[in-house]
Amino acid sequence: MVQKLEYLKETPSQTAGPYVHIGLAPGAAGFDIYKNELGRDIAGPNAKGERIRVEGVVIDGTGSPIKDVMLETWQANSDGVYAHPEHDGEVEAGFSGWGRVITDFDTGEWGFDTVKPGAVMGRNGQRMAPHITLWIVARGINVGLNTRAYFDDEAEANAADPVLNVIEWERRRATLIAKRSERDGQIVYRFDIKLQGEDETVFFDI
Amino acid sequence: MTKPGEFYQRDRNWHPPAVTPTYKTSVARSPQYSMISLEQSASEITGPKFGHSDIDPMDRDMIHNYAASGESAIGERIIVHGRVLDENGRPVPNTLVEAWQANAGGRYRHKKDTYLAPIDPNFGGCGRTLTDENGYYFFRTVKPGAYPWRNWVNDWRPAHIHLSIFGTSFSQRLITQCYFEGDPLIAKCPIVNTIPDQAARGQLIAALDMNATIPLDTIAYKFDIVLRGRRSTLFENRMEGN
Repeated sequence: MVQKLEYLKETPSQTAGPYVHIGLAPGAAGFDIYKNELGRDIAGPNAKGERIRVEGVVIDGTGSPIKDVMLETWQANSDGVYAHPEHDGEVEAGFSGWGRVITDFDTGEWGFDTVKPGAVMGRNGQRMAPHITLWIVARGINVGLNTRAYFDDEAEANAADPVLNVIEWERRRATLIAKRSERDGQIVYRFDIKLQGEDETVFFDI
Repeated sequence: MTKPGEFYQRDRNWHPPAVTPTYKTSVARSPQYSMISLEQSASEITGPKFGHSDIDPMDRDMIHNYAASGESAIGERIIVHGRVLDENGRPVPNTLVEAWQANAGGRYRHKKDTYLAPIDPNFGGCGRTLTDENGYYFFRTVKPGAYPWRNWVNDWRPAHIHLSIFGTSFSQRLITQCYFEGDPLIAKCPIVNTIPDQAARGQLIAALDMNATIPLDTIAYKFDIVLRGRRSTLFENRMEGN
């Protein structure tokens, strides 16, 4: 016999189901209940840096866009600082870095407005290329999927990014690069997420 | 003060795998490649913070938070309460817990739900609260009803409340479902059974808690939530150093 390790086990995950909007985005479910729905404003009015929109669809293994997804986003400000007490540095008043978006029930399109994050220092003094962390939940997804959106106009930083370089299959790294364009004077990054099949997006166990 | 280290590796054998064919929707929505495991950086050990200004104290009372003045939701009045802890048994204070559920008849207030059981005009079905300094939380609600769903033709979800918990970092982010002690549908549910380990399934079943029941008023169930634990900084917290 040995001593017992007295660790608790993490509560197991379950799918968010088809009606995740009721709890987390009730306005989208068709009713207003909260004075303040959370996650609608990621950067706030005072944030420095380039205003951008990130948008896309989430595609299933049959090639169809998924119309009941919820995504959450987490990012640093334009100086590469997270709005969190353990991260050194200050963020602008009103900058949360966190957002919550849902897909359109008819088209599956999602999108959010924010500022482009700055580079964040990674492990062992290695600088990470600018990126936004995404978390994807939906019916049929048993445990929320983590991924990262990088930016195609940061090719040099991306080439040196310690996380992208952990991905041994170089062709798969391209699934994490959002594509920049301009539409009506607005900077838009397209980031389609493929859950399964050809060009499947890289998902991380964080 | 030195900062604590990274979070313990998630036990992916304790959680459901991505592809679970008896839960049919998972088949086309599950990645085929393995996840890439990361050593954690600032992007993973940080996460959003919420405060009392973000929510209203009434948000945790689903019997009344959507009811007309003087009215209340129809159904079995219950309290769901418990603590949010980490794997080290330490409380997770001031963390956001969000809940959503069907009404007593198993009908969701959602434009996509077409089940013939009626909407309760005084029930919205969502609530949220912050844990206190001891990691404690509670909701008041009505016990949700079972409902049918299109999986196999005669599948019924056990009564359940969906819960979303943040913790202190994005790596602790969790959505799960709380079931109720004694429900015979639990053992038959393809979603419950995505979890391979019987003990892990049991961790999702709230216990009837007569000690917390309010006599002549409201029955109580206890549901503790455990988030990933975190390394202390001993000799090898290499997140930033070398």
